[in-house]
Amino acid sequence: MNSATTMDSPRASGTIDSPRASGAIDSPRASGAIDGYNFAYLDEATKRMIRRALLKAVAIPGHQIPFGAREMPLPYGWGTGGIQVTASILGPTDTLKVIDQGADDTTNAISIRRFFTRVAGVATTEHTADATVVQTRHRIPERTLREDQIIVYQVPQPEPLFRLEPRRTETKRLHALADYGLMHVRLYEDIARLGHIAKAYDYPVMVNGRYLMSPSPIPAFDNPKMHRMPALQLFGAGREKRIYAIPPYTDVRSLDFEDHPFRPIRAPHVCALCGSGDTYLDEVITDDAGGRLFVCSDTDFCAERQADTAKEAAE
Amino acid sequence: MTPHRPEAGGLTPLLEAQGLNLRFGAIPALIDVAIDITAGEVVAIVGESGSGKTTLLRVLSGMMAPDAGTVQWLGQDVLAMGEAARRRLMRTEWGFVHQNPRDGLRLAVSAGGNVGERLMAVGARHYGSIREQALSWLAKVEIDASRIDDLPRTFSGGMQQRLQIARTLVTHPKLVFMDEPTGGLDVSVQARLLDLIRSLSRELGLSVLIVTHDIAAARLLADRILVMRRGRVVEQGLTDRVLDDPQHPYTQLLVSSVLAA
Repeated sequence: MNSATTMDSPRASGTIDSPRASGAIDSPRASGAIDGYNFAYLDEATKRMIRRALLKAVAIPGHQIPFGAREMPLPYGWGTGGIQVTASILGPTDTLKVIDQGADDTTNAISIRRFFTRVAGVATTEHTADATVVQTRHRIPERTLREDQIIVYQVPQPEPLFRLEPRRTETKRLHALADYGLMHVRLYEDIARLGHIAKAYDYPVMVNGRYLMSPSPIPAFDNPKMHRMPALQLFGAGREKRIYAIPPYTDVRSLDFEDHPFRPIRAPHVCALCGSGDTYLDEVITDDAGGRLFVCSDTDFCAERQADTAKEAAE
Repeated sequence: MTPHRPEAGGLTPLLEAQGLNLRFGAIPALIDVAIDITAGEVVAIVGESGSGKTTLLRVLSGMMAPDAGTVQWLGQDVLAMGEAARRRLMRTEWGFVHQNPRDGLRLAVSAGGNVGERLMAVGARHYGSIREQALSWLAKVEIDASRIDDLPRTFSGGMQQRLQIARTLVTHPKLVFMDEPTGGLDVSVQARLLDLIRSLSRELGLSVLIVTHDIAAARLLADRILVMRRGRVVEQGLTDRVLDDPQHPYTQLLVSSVLAA
C-alpha cells in the first residue's frame, strides 16, 4: 500500500518516503477489513474529536459532554452513539462483543458486530470473558467485567431530567447547581400513587456523589453492577450528541428514600434453560395458549452455565 | 428612614436595600428606592399598575439586577451572591408567592409532591416524614387531607393559592415575598386567604413583603406601607398613619378611591 502511494507521487523526492511510512500508523488496517474505508469507519479527525470528549467525560464522571455526532450507516436509535464511541476506542488488537437486550444473536448485535468486522477487521466474540470492548444496549453482562475491559452503552436519551424539565438550558443549570430535588419529587409521586418506586429501567443514579445520570435503558436490576465497576464505562448518545462516562471504581448510587430503599427488580422465576435464580430474565411467549418461558436475557452467561452443567453431568 | 415599629424597634433589619435605580430603556422603573424589613414585620408595597411594585420585588429577591444600589440580606450582599447561593437562599430562608399559582406550582405533580419539593430540594430523604409534613401543612392552609394525592389543576383558584403558600412555607422561611397573592380571586376567597396569611405570619413570626394594589388588604395585613408611583416611593410609614392621614396627593387619591362596601 505504501509503495503504491509513493510510486505515483511526482512530488516524492526520495526523502518523503519515511514520513509517509510512519504516517500509515495513524490508520492501521487489520487483515480482513474491506478497502476504501478508514480503520473502524470514522476518519481520524472525527475519532480525535470523540476521544477528546471521552477524556473530558472520564475527568468529570457522569457529566454530559457535547460532541459532533456524525451520520452513521444506521438509523438514529439503533446505536449511532455507541457505535461512534466504539469506533473511536477500537484498536486492531481488540476483541469486540456486541449485545442487544443481553443477547448476542439479535439483529442489531449481529449487524454492528459484522460492521466492525468489515470496516476494522477486528476479532469479535460472543464470550464476555474474551472481549476487550463490549458494546451494549439495554443490559450489562451478568459476568463481572474486569479492569482491562471497556463497556460502551448505547444511549437514546442522556438527560435524566428530560421528562421533568423540557428546557435544556434549565437542566444544564440544575446539573451545574446539583439541584436534583425534582428527581426526588418524581420518585415521591411514584410512591404516593403506587406504593413503590415504579421505574424499572433507566433508573436514575448519582455518580461520584455529584452528577445525576441516566444509566441508559438498562433494567434497574443492573444498576448495582455499575457501582465501583472495575471496567471503564462509556456512554454515547448519537441523536442527542452527548457523551458521558464512569471511570473504573467510581461510586454509583441509585436514588431512593430512606424508608423506601432502592430494590433491583427481576422476575421471580428461575431460568428455564440453565436454572439460574439470580440473573435477569426475559419472558418468552411460547404458544397462543398462554404458554410462557423465563430464560436468561444474557445468552452468553446462560450458554456457559448450560455447558458447565452438561460437563458436570458427563463426569 | 428608620422603621418606626413599636414592637420591633431597634432590631437590625433582615433585608435592607438602598439607592435602587433601574431603567427599562427610557422608562424609569425604580428611582432611588430604599426599603428595609425587620424580623416579623409585614410590609406592603402599594401603588398603581406600572408603578414599579413588582420590579422592586424582583430586584429585592435577586431575580433581577438593578442599575445601581445595594440589597443586603443579614449583612450579605444579595446582588454579589453566586447563583447557587441565591437559589439556596430562595428555597430555605426565602419564599416567593406568585400572583398566579400556576407559576409557583408544579401542575403535573400532586399536592403532596408540591409541598414536599422544597423539603427534598434541601435534602429530606425520608418519604414518611415528608408526607407527614405535607399533611400537616395542608391542614394549616385548610386543604382536606384526602386531596393530598390530587393534582393541583383539579383545585379551585383559592385552593391553588393556599397550596402555593403551604409549599412556600414548608421550609420555614424567614422572609416571604408575595406578589399580589389575592389577585384574580373572588372577594370571599380573598378575605379567607388574607386571614390565613395574617394568622400564619403572626404564628410563625414571618416577615412578609407583600405587593398589592388592594388598600383594604394592605390595611388588614401590613405593619408598614410604602406607596409607589412612577418608580418612586412617594410616602411610607405605619399603615394606620398612611391610610388615615395621607400626606402625598397621590396617596390621598389612592385612599379616597377605595370603594366602601
